[in-house]
Amino acid sequence: MVSVCFYFQVHQPYRLGKYSIFDIGNNGGYFNDVKNAEILQKVSKKCYLPTNKLILDLINETDGRFRVSYSITGVALDQFEEYAPEVIESFQRLVDTGYVELLDETYYHSLAFLYSEKEFKEQVKLHRKKMKEIFGYKPRVFRNTELVYNNRVAYLAEKMGYKGTLAEGADYILGWRSPNFVYKAKMATDIRLLLKNYRLSDDIAFRFSERGWEGWPLTADKFATWVNSINGNGNVVNLFMDYETFGEHQWEDTGIFNFLRHLPHEILKHPDNDFKTPTEVIKAYKPVAELDIRNVVSWADIERDLSAWLGNQMQKSAIEKLYELETIVKESGDEKLLEDWRRLQTADHFYYMCTKWFNDGDVHKYFNVYDRPHDSFIAFMNTLTDFRIRLKETIPMSG
Amino acid sequence: MDSNHNHNIKVLMFGWEFPPFNSGGLGVACYGLTKGLTRQGVGVIFVLPRIAGTLNEEYMRILAADKFGLDKDKIKFKTVDSILKPYMSSKSYISEKSGLEGFLQEARGIYGSDLFSEVRRYSKYAKIVASEEEFNIIHCHDWLTYPAGITAKNITRQMGKNVPLIVHVHATEFDRTGGNPNQYVYDLEREGMHVADSIVTVSNYTKSIVVRHYGVDPRKVHVIHNSIDFEESRIDEKFRIKDHHKIVLFLGRMTIQKGPDHFLWIAKKISEIDDDVRFIMVGSGDMFSYIVEEAANLGIGDKVLFSDFLNGREVDRAYKMADVYVMSSISEPFGITPLEAIKNGTPVVISKQSGISEILRNCLVVDFWDTNLMATRILDVLNNEELRDSLAKKGLNEIRNFSWDQPAMKCIDLYKKAISGGI
Repeated sequence: MVSVCFYFQVHQPYRLGKYSIFDIGNNGGYFNDVKNAEILQKVSKKCYLPTNKLILDLINETDGRFRVSYSITGVALDQFEEYAPEVIESFQRLVDTGYVELLDETYYHSLAFLYSEKEFKEQVKLHRKKMKEIFGYKPRVFRNTELVYNNRVAYLAEKMGYKGTLAEGADYILGWRSPNFVYKAKMATDIRLLLKNYRLSDDIAFRFSERGWEGWPLTADKFATWVNSINGNGNVVNLFMDYETFGEHQWEDTGIFNFLRHLPHEILKHPDNDFKTPTEVIKAYKPVAELDIRNVVSWADIERDLSAWLGNQMQKSAIEKLYELETIVKESGDEKLLEDWRRLQTADHFYYMCTKWFNDGDVHKYFNVYDRPHDSFIAFMNTLTDFRIRLKETIPMSG
Repeated sequence: MDSNHNHNIKVLMFGWEFPPFNSGGLGVACYGLTKGLTRQGVGVIFVLPRIAGTLNEEYMRILAADKFGLDKDKIKFKTVDSILKPYMSSKSYISEKSGLEGFLQEARGIYGSDLFSEVRRYSKYAKIVASEEEFNIIHCHDWLTYPAGITAKNITRQMGKNVPLIVHVHATEFDRTGGNPNQYVYDLEREGMHVADSIVTVSNYTKSIVVRHYGVDPRKVHVIHNSIDFEESRIDEKFRIKDHHKIVLFLGRMTIQKGPDHFLWIAKKISEIDDDVRFIMVGSGDMFSYIVEEAANLGIGDKVLFSDFLNGREVDRAYKMADVYVMSSISEPFGITPLEAIKNGTPVVISKQSGISEILRNCLVVDFWDTNLMATRILDVLNNEELRDSLAKKGLNEIRNFSWDQPAMKCIDLYKKAISGGI
């Protein structure tokens, strides 16, 4: 028996505008509303709306035998509400089928786990609240931003009542073990760990249109045979990827939609296969072992560590200076300040400052709204300088 | 001086940039000098390269605009299409990350593949101009134009006239490279200086470099300091950042010559003493990325704020916003920026290794390498209101009478001597 478990990440950051030295102190808007609206509407049209419709059709065609899970960030939902409410409706229709599971994460798609557990928990709670508001849904599985994970994530997630959490199935944490089983997490008693099968996931997310790759062109039946081959030495194939894979990272003309349209049927052709959502996987399969993951792992780049966000001193100094302000931001009691501070925590801002230009640097460049990583650092620090002035004006004694 | 006496002087001038087509001080200086000369009745034929892809008519339209305040009967522009910008090292010519990058790549097929073949190409054009135009002095600005000047002089010799050549040294390869000259550039500079009938340097400081490093007879070298045409600052603006932070400004290309790294070290020292000071660095250049990263490395990533190259009014706003302007150059032949700062009411702390420190009295002067003393002097200005006001006020009075007529007249004297064979 092999269960295919899809989890799609839906996220759009509030991108910063160019905050010039002359703007500092003018308490201007930090985020490029025009560009954010433009990108959101573009991606909605290319990806979210058509893919949601396709997934809905597939669920209906298979009477729910095809099923998927999503994690949608709070900042993405906020922007949908503002710029593309029809996307919210289409997600609601999916959730209403009963075959779609929603996961929780940090509302602001932040790296708060690494800097402040207090802030981390608050953001998870905010996300939980948003799920209830928009979807009337209570997630039972947690995934941390960019699959940032170590034992402590499992521990905290369990404390917050989650039954499972997701992580990258990186070779250096698994060793000889396979990602195709359910695991227990060290330091937690009951929470289950689902690990991304990065080979098969990345075949779709990154290599799908790569003509130099031996798997190209990737068809649904070919992919299904790869999944079938796991039969007998695994329970579950966790296919975790950015939802923007469909139509945005892989454009429509690559055949990605066609692939997705046929995949459920091809997978289900094998009588031993099915689709499960994370909660169903946890219920169906017993853990085979306990994983002790002390160093932080993530799903980014070939390193699968934090170097995409915290690999250079610009990134570190930007994020450290931001989190330094937590206590005083919260003491200010100023909702607008708190909201801006949290939007500045979104991991993308630090990703844009990445200077690893080789291999994965290409991927970074694709996602980067700035010409140079230094420009994004400059925009961030100018904004932060203004933000600190606002803080100071709100709490005159804070220094 | 009665400008009518100068009508018989016609200068064939070779330059590399001219506002608004400039990236730094060379264009400003050429413009100023041309303005001064034409005001004194001298005729100038100004030859400059034109960035590939722009039309000659477009250039001419912009250059002919009234805002330049140039006497149209006295100035004539000739452009040659090129993809060069001044201040480029051969290396940065190839790698420079700028808006020009795209067409640089495209243009490489059409034009020479490096800086030096561009220089040769430009000097070939000089042949055409020199045989078409009427002039009795050749004046060229910095090494890129020396081959053109020499070519022009040779043409006149063939025509039996032997027009005198003056090379004007705004910067040497030693200044630009922090003492690690490119041999090819050095050779071109040296040849220009030796072939020239007379050499102008923008300071005594530069004269000493020319004499020391290029084996030139000091009697052949004439110091003519740059200037500005003083006008009141156009900026009257309150900056809210000033309610919270004192501002120390760096403004210049981020290249080794300007000492942006020294500025960072100074910033680090000051930050350790006063946490509320902010340092603004304006400019781009081959050290830009390094400097931004180094600010973060030094732990002052939140204290040092950056801005790309600003133009015109924004430059004045930056000066106006600052409490003190720092010129940290490790070798600055002249250095016009302190005058711009003072014009905007901002006191200056400047490197002793500069030409401007020879003529400006109301400023604080420190050896560029003495970052401790630099930091102390800057803090003095920031914390001592009396000192700050006095430097600003007296500085403003001092430069009020500055004008490009002064250097222009010195040039004219030199022209006259050269034409009469007196040098």
